[in-house]
Amino acid sequence: MGITRTPTSLTQSEATRGGIGESTLRPDGTLKVTGEFAYSSDLWHEDMLWGYTLRSTVAHATIASIDTGEALATPGVYAVLTYDDLPTEVKHYGLEIRDTPVLAHGKVRHHGEPVALVAADHPETARRAAAKIRVVYEPLPVITDEASATAPDAVLVHDGREDHHIGHVAHPNIVHRQPILRGDADRAAARADVVVSGEYVFGMQDQAFLGPESGLAVPAEDGGVDLYVATQWLHSDLRQIAPVLGLPERKVRMTLSGVGGAFGGREDLSMQIHGCLLALRTGKPVKIVYNRFESFFGHVHRHPARLWYEHGATRDGKLTHVRCRIVLDGGAYASASPAVVGNAASLSIGPYVVDDVDIEALALYTNNPPCGAMRGFGAVQACFAYEAQMDKVAARLGMDPVEFRQINAMEQGTVMPTGQLVDSPAPVAELLRRVKSRPLPPERQWETTEGADVRALPGGLSNTTHGEGVVRGVGYAVGIKNVGFSEGFDDYSTARVRMQVINGEPVATVHTAMAEVGQGGVTVHAQIARSELGVTQVTILPADTRVGSAGSTSASRQTYMTGGAVKNTCEAVREKVFDLGRRKFGTYHPAWATAELLLEGGRVVTDGGEALAEIADVLEDEVVDLELEFRHRPTQAFDLRTGQGNGHVQYSFAAHRAVVEVDTELGLVKVVELACAQDVGKALNPLSVVGQIQGGTTQGLGVAVMEEIVVDPKTALVRNPSFTDYLIPTILDTPTIPVDVLELADEHAPYGLRGVGEAPTLSSTPAVLAAIRQATGLELNRTPVRPEHLTGS
Amino acid sequence: MEFLRPASWQEALAAKAEHPSAVPIAGGTDVMVEINFDHRRPDHLLDLNRIGELEEWETGEDTVRLGASVPYSKIMAGLRRELPGLALASHTVASPQIRNRGGVGGNLGTASPAGDAHPALLAGGAAVEAESVRGSRLIPIDDFYTGVKRNALAPDELIRAVHLKKASGPQQFSKVGTRNAMVIAVCAFGIALHPDTRTVRTGIGSAAPTPVRARTAEEFLAAALDEAGLWESRKAVPPAVAKQFAVLVAAAANPIDDVRGTAAYRRHALGVMARRTLGWTWEQYRGHGSEQGSTSCA
Amino acid sequence: MRVSFTVNGRPQEADDVWEGESLLYVLRERLGLPGSKNACEQGECGSCTVRLDGVPVCSCLVAAGQAQDRRVDTVEGLAGEGGELSPIQQAFVDAGAVQCGFCTPGLLVAADELLEHNPSPSDGDIREALSGNLCRCTGYEKILDAVRLAAARTGQAV
Repeated sequence: MGITRTPTSLTQSEATRGGIGESTLRPDGTLKVTGEFAYSSDLWHEDMLWGYTLRSTVAHATIASIDTGEALATPGVYAVLTYDDLPTEVKHYGLEIRDTPVLAHGKVRHHGEPVALVAADHPETARRAAAKIRVVYEPLPVITDEASATAPDAVLVHDGREDHHIGHVAHPNIVHRQPILRGDADRAAARADVVVSGEYVFGMQDQAFLGPESGLAVPAEDGGVDLYVATQWLHSDLRQIAPVLGLPERKVRMTLSGVGGAFGGREDLSMQIHGCLLALRTGKPVKIVYNRFESFFGHVHRHPARLWYEHGATRDGKLTHVRCRIVLDGGAYASASPAVVGNAASLSIGPYVVDDVDIEALALYTNNPPCGAMRGFGAVQACFAYEAQMDKVAARLGMDPVEFRQINAMEQGTVMPTGQLVDSPAPVAELLRRVKSRPLPPERQWETTEGADVRALPGGLSNTTHGEGVVRGVGYAVGIKNVGFSEGFDDYSTARVRMQVINGEPVATVHTAMAEVGQGGVTVHAQIARSELGVTQVTILPADTRVGSAGSTSASRQTYMTGGAVKNTCEAVREKVFDLGRRKFGTYHPAWATAELLLEGGRVVTDGGEALAEIADVLEDEVVDLELEFRHRPTQAFDLRTGQGNGHVQYSFAAHRAVVEVDTELGLVKVVELACAQDVGKALNPLSVVGQIQGGTTQGLGVAVMEEIVVDPKTALVRNPSFTDYLIPTILDTPTIPVDVLELADEHAPYGLRGVGEAPTLSSTPAVLAAIRQATGLELNRTPVRPEHLTGS
Repeated sequence: MEFLRPASWQEALAAKAEHPSAVPIAGGTDVMVEINFDHRRPDHLLDLNRIGELEEWETGEDTVRLGASVPYSKIMAGLRRELPGLALASHTVASPQIRNRGGVGGNLGTASPAGDAHPALLAGGAAVEAESVRGSRLIPIDDFYTGVKRNALAPDELIRAVHLKKASGPQQFSKVGTRNAMVIAVCAFGIALHPDTRTVRTGIGSAAPTPVRARTAEEFLAAALDEAGLWESRKAVPPAVAKQFAVLVAAAANPIDDVRGTAAYRRHALGVMARRTLGWTWEQYRGHGSEQGSTSCA
Repeated sequence: MRVSFTVNGRPQEADDVWEGESLLYVLRERLGLPGSKNACEQGECGSCTVRLDGVPVCSCLVAAGQAQDRRVDTVEGLAGEGGELSPIQQAFVDAGAVQCGFCTPGLLVAADELLEHNPSPSDGDIREALSGNLCRCTGYEKILDAVRLAAARTGQAV
C-alpha cells in the first residue's frame, strides 16, 4: 500500500446541483459528515516517518551550542537537522520580507522558534530524541513593546536589515510605517465643538483553527518532493519552499490536503519546508502534525495593538477631523505586517466622511510571538477603537449613537482619507438602520416555570447567578474592510476549465489552486460553471500546483478572484463552444451568426430562448480546455509620506447590534443576540454567505470577551498555549445571530459580488463592547474584556 | 512505560504496592493530557477502568459511599437529592464528554486546587477511603489536601471511594470561569447547610494553594443563625450577616495572580458567590426555593 | 502491547501499541479510521468524540489500553451499511452546518447520542449537549439548525 487519504475530485449527487444565487449544498459535505474527507493530518504512507520540531524555550537568546549527538544515536531516529544542515544558501523565508530562518541560526527571537528537526519511526521516538538535543542559550534582553523597541540603545531584533521598508522607518525595530495626511487636521480641529480622545488596547488573538498544522512530504525519484499540506496559498508556499530545498519549483509538487480552518493562520509556512527537508534527507515519506500546544507556536497571530484617537465634531453631529496613531506589535518576524499596517492606516477612521485627518500606523519588531494575517487584519483593531470613539463623541454631543454614525456615514461617491473615490455602493447608514429596526430579544429569557435556566444567564453552567446583578446593554458598530490584495500588488487568480462529453452528457471540469479552507469556494466554482456552461455535471479537481496560482484564500477575495477566474474561463470556453457550433451548424440556422447565444440546460440557445443544438452534438469528441488568469482593477501603492493613492479595489461593510446581559457584580457576560446586516453585492450562495457572516461574527465575539494570547511582559514567553487557557466561544457562549443580507451590486466585480468573509469580524467586537459599556457604565478601552475589568478588582 | 490492567481491586492494590510510582488512570482527564503534551512519562500506568465496583455507589441510612470512578454525569443524574452540592459541582465539570468519564477519584488524586469537586467535598464533610495492601483507612477531607497538587495518600495507596453524609439541608455550588461552559475555575465556592447539627460548611476552590474551607466564615454564620434563632424561625438572614459572611469567605482565600485571573478578582468573586449561594440555600431552607434551586433545569 | 476492541461493530486489533498512545491515535494511525479528529488532544474541543460502550467520550483522553475488550463507535459507523447517511449526518449537510468540517465528526457523534436520549430537545438542551464541542467556522447557528432539522425529520418519520 502506498499513500492513502489524499484529496479526491468532488462531484455532486443530483439533489445538490444548482447555479449561482442558489443555496447549493457543499460538494464535500457528504465526505465531511462520514469522516471520509482527507485532512492533512489524516495522510498516511507506508513506511512513513514522523517529523518533530524542537522549539526554543526562551524568547531572545544567542545559541551558544547545539549538540544533537545523543538524539541521533537514539534507535528509531533517522535524521536530526539544524541550521547547519540546510542544503543551500537560501536559509530564510517570508511572505514579503525573507527574514524568518528555516531553523534558528545563532539566535532565537521568540518563544517557540524552530531550532532543530527530528525524523523517527514513531512520534514518541521523535519526541524522546528531541528531548536529548542539548541547546545552550545565552539570554538577550527582550524587546516587548514600543518603548523597548525604539529606545536609542535598543537591541535590534534584526541586524543589517536590507528590505525595502528600512529606508522609511525611524528605527530598525519598526517593520513599516504608513502615515496618511489629508486636509488640515489642525485647522479643522478649531471648528470642533467637542473633541474626544482615547487610548485603546487590542489583545493578541489566535486563529484557533481546529485542524492543526500538518502535512506529508514524499521524496520522489526525480530528486524532487511531493508535498501534501493544509495551506491558504499553494503557490506562495512553493515560491518560499523551493529555493530553500535547492530545487526548481517544478520539482516541488504541492497538493492541497483537507484544511481544518485557516482564518489567516496558514498564510505563512509552518511544517512545509521542515517536512520536505526531512523527507529529502531520509529518502522516506515524512509526516508532521502539530499538537495544540505546538500549534500556538506554529502560526502567526493577530497583531495586538495600541491605538490613540482624537475625534472632533460640531454640535450638529458632523465629524470635523480625526487624528490617530496605531502601533501594531508584529513580533519577531515580519510576516504580513506591512500589509497590516497599510490596512490599519487606510481604514483607520472607519466608514465615515472625514476630510481632515492625520493618521499614522506602524508595526514593530519585538521578541513577542510573530503576528501576521488573521481575518480582517489591520481593520479589526482600528474598528474596535474608532467605534468606541464614535460612541464617546455621540455621548458627549447627547446624540443617539446610531444617528450620529448615520450623519457621518460614507456612501458611494465619498472620498477616502487616501484620496480614493468610493465608486460602488457603500450602504453604511442603511446597514445601521436595519440592525437598529430589528425588534429586541425578550428580556429575562432565563426565567422558566421551574426557576432560572442558568444556561441562559452570564456564567452559564457554572451557576453563578440566578438573575442577581444582571443588567442588559445594547450596542452598535459598523466597519469597513478592503477586499482583495491592495497597494499595487499584482493580484490575480487562475482557472482551468475543461468541457467534454462523457457518456453522452456535457461535463465541465474545474481546476484551480484555490485553497478550500471551509469557506465553500468549491461549491461556488461548481455553481459558476453550471450557470455559465449550462451543464449539470461539474467535477472540481483537487487544488495543486499543476495549475496557475489562485492567490491566497484571504482578504475576502476568493469568490471575487478565483470565482472571477472560473467565470472568465468558462466564458472563454463557452465562446469556443459557440465557435464549434457555428462551424458545424451555422449554415443550418441564421441565429448562429446573428443572435446572442447562451448555454442552458445542456443546449446552445438564443437569448430569445430558441434551442439551436445540444452541447453534446456540438462537442462530440472535442475537448475544450482553457487555463486563464483573471485580475481585478489595478491598485496603487500608498504614498509613503501622505498615504495618498488608490490602494484598494473594493470595500465591504457590515453592521452589528449586540444585546448583552452582564452580571455586573461578577463581571461575567452573556451575549443574548448579535444581529448583523451586511452588503454582499450578490450572494452567489446565500446559505454559505450567512454561514460566513455568523462565523465571522462569532470570532469577533470571542475577542470581545475571552480570547487572548497572554505574553509575559518580562520574558516574552507565552503563558497560555492551550485550549484550557486560550478560550474560544462554545455553543453556550454564542447567541442567536440573525443576518440581514443586502445585495447592492458592485459593477466592477464578477456578478456584482462583494467579498464577505472579513467584514462581520470587524464590527462584532466593538458592538459587544458598546453593549457592555452601556450595561456597566464603564469606559472599557481594552479588548478582550476580562471579569476584573468589569468589577474593578 | 508499562500498562497495568488489574481486573480486580485486590490486583490493583497489589500492583500499586509493587510499583508505588505507578500512575492510576481512570477517566484520563488529567493523566492523558500530561502524556499527550509530553509533560509526564510514568514508568507504569495503572488502569482502573476494569474494576467495576469503582463506578458504583451505595446509599445507606445516612451516608453515601461513592466509588472513586462514578462518572460526574451519573452523580448529576442519580445523586441530586442525596448529594446536591456535589451534583451541582459535577454539572460544571468540563464538558459532557468528560463528565461521562471523570469521577471524584481523579480530582482527589490530582489534588489540583482547580478541581471542581473539592469545594463540594469540603462543604459536605467527605471522608476519603484510601486503601493499600496494608489496609484501609478513612481520611477526613480536611486532612486530605496537603499542598499544591499534593495529598495525604501514601505511595502504595489508591482511592477507593468517598464517604459523604446525605444532605440534611440545602447545598449549593458556584464557579467563576471566563466562558459559559467547558471552563476551568477561576475560583469556586461550595456551601452546605447542616440543620441537623446547626452548622454550615464551605469549600473554596482555585483561590489558595489547596482547596480550603472558610472556617471563620462558617463559625460566624452558624453563630449568627443560632443567636437570632433563625434555624427555628426560618426568617430571612439579615443582610449584614450575609455581607459579613461574604467578607469572611473572601478573607479565607489566599489567591494569586495568574493567567486565569487576578488575586483581587478572586477574593471579590468569592465574596459575591458566598453571598449568593447563602441566599439560595437559605431561601430553600425556608421553603421558598425549588428543590435544588434553579439549576435543576440546567 | 496488543489492544483489541470492537469498532463500529467489528472486532479490531492493534499491535505494537506504545503504552502512552490514546484511543484516538490508535483509531487514526493504526486502524485506518481517521474520522475522529485530533484538534486539541486535551479534552477541550470534542473533535475526537467517540462512543465508548455507548457513552460519548473524548477518545484523546482514553488510553488505548483502556479500550481493551470494549465497544467503540466512531463517526465512520453512523452511516448505513449501504452508505446512506443517518438523519443527523444528512441534516448537517442540508442545514449548512459544515464548513471546514474538522469539528463535524465529534459534533455528529454527540448530537446523535443526544437525539437518541432526547428526540425533541429544546435549544437549551442542544446547546448544553454540544457545549463540549468547539466549532471555529460556523458560529454554531447552522449546527443548531441541523440538530433541530434532524429531530423534526425523525419525529415525522415515527
